[in-house]
Amino acid sequence: MKIAVCIKQVPTREWQPRLNADHTWIREQDVPYEMNEPDAYALEESLRLREKHSGEVVVCSGGPARVQQVIREALARGADRALHVEADQLGAADAFTAAAAMAPAMAEERFDLILTGLQSDDQGHAQFGPVLAEKLGIPHSTIIMDVQIEGDRMRVKRELEGGWYQFARLPLPGLLTIQSGINQLRYATLKGIMAAKKKEIRKIAPPPLTAPRQKVVALHAPEKSKRTVMITGSSAEAARELVKRLREEARVL
Amino acid sequence: MILMVAEQKDGVLNRASWEALVAAQQLAGGSIPIKVALLGPGSPGVARSLAESKVEEIVTIEAPGLSVYTPDGYVQALQQLFDQESPQHVLFAHTYQARDFTPALAARIDRPLITDVIALRRAESLSFARPMFQGKLVADVTAEGPAPHLITIQIGAFRADALERGGTPVSIRSATVNVDPASLRQQPEAPFQEAKGAVDLSQADRIVAVGRGIKQQENLSVAETLAKAFGAELAASRPICDNGWLPMERQIGSSGQTVAPKLYVALGISGAIQHLVGMKGARVIVAINKDVDAPIFEVADYGIAADLFELAPALIAELEK
Repeated sequence: MKIAVCIKQVPTREWQPRLNADHTWIREQDVPYEMNEPDAYALEESLRLREKHSGEVVVCSGGPARVQQVIREALARGADRALHVEADQLGAADAFTAAAAMAPAMAEERFDLILTGLQSDDQGHAQFGPVLAEKLGIPHSTIIMDVQIEGDRMRVKRELEGGWYQFARLPLPGLLTIQSGINQLRYATLKGIMAAKKKEIRKIAPPPLTAPRQKVVALHAPEKSKRTVMITGSSAEAARELVKRLREEARVL
Repeated sequence: MILMVAEQKDGVLNRASWEALVAAQQLAGGSIPIKVALLGPGSPGVARSLAESKVEEIVTIEAPGLSVYTPDGYVQALQQLFDQESPQHVLFAHTYQARDFTPALAARIDRPLITDVIALRRAESLSFARPMFQGKLVADVTAEGPAPHLITIQIGAFRADALERGGTPVSIRSATVNVDPASLRQQPEAPFQEAKGAVDLSQADRIVAVGRGIKQQENLSVAETLAKAFGAELAASRPICDNGWLPMERQIGSSGQTVAPKLYVALGISGAIQHLVGMKGARVIVAINKDVDAPIFEVADYGIAADLFELAPALIAELEK
């Protein structure tokens, strides 16, 4: 089975945002980066499927040279080789633009299965996977909790809201976006890190980037529209005050 | 014209659809006509309840290929509807289902899709505010190029009770689309619930959510009793569910559910961004945490910096009076 995993490099969870001069993007200097966590679950799932069905796992990433960090991490965890669609503009591109940039190189590879996380922790559009599937002319399903390969088809378990789930079948080749927490992540061993140094990272220039269909005109801190009422006193006093305010002021009881 | 695409399941309208309709009314500003589309097998009750809103008409869409939801079916149906109606903007609630098909639809017709919108902005031009970087920042985003522009509305960002009702019910008309079942690549089976009586937190009016402050699984009964006293559903932050102390469907946050109840009580929850993005749309938020610097107090309407093991029993006693 030839499996692709699309992995994005994103600022770390701990990073404190700083804006660029005109407040249209973040200040990119000194940003610590890591692998997008939902994509890590997709990578783990791809490695498990390879263990079960044999084949190869190919990491696909788009972005500036710095994304090699997460490509190497993925190779160290067990992926076989990588495609890097290298372009500075892809670092801040929206999901639609990114998927269009990755599609031609990935089409050529003729993957049986493409996995990616359900969304990225930076821009969070939750669009990359289905847009890429559409560009490649393959079916997709999203927020997947389980994957079973059945010959030239797969049976997947979709998470729905509120504790509901649904199985669905779709043909291969196909694309899935993977829900976080679906499996236990493995991390790179020293042996894996050493082996990764010898694995192939094929660099590809992107196609001419399409004019983006959305534009960030301003980036800012969230507005704090609430004035928090802190209730003090003993437990009994605070409880009485809170219930009174919820009944009379907020009217939610 | 603004088209709002409603979502229904088993003859019940998703609550978030009302919120997206409110967003559509705000976008329309009283001067642009709004139509509401409803896909799937007949739900006259749902159509009738929508028809009481201040909109131009309700358009129902049925076809053999729409008997159950598939992304392929909905993309085909909506592409045809857009050709018939030529909307400027198309609004959806940002539900799991919308996330499953709207990006494919946007790619099929090569039009912008702006997801998870929390507010509309009218400065020099129309832009849409959406969270980025796990809610640490908000981006104002414009949609570029020809119409239609597709938008999904974050659950809880708009209030369903702000809906403008019409004087008399508007007309309900059925549109004709072709969706051949043989063309659908996905074959879904019937949805099911894993846990018996699993709750849909997104439909709960009151929620008590418990976090790491509860310290041990044995202490969960404190949270359960408090939830019962409030007449609320019990929920949790991610670490509680990862430990297996509560089932995953009770998780609130970026990898769980996003909710917007009337009352949200955060018990021993610090307020990490991953959790906040799932509940900050609640109408009234009460935060109880020992640490007065906990970020949860940033979004709370009422805060009590106290030991939950002392406060909770006092609250239960007060509520039971």
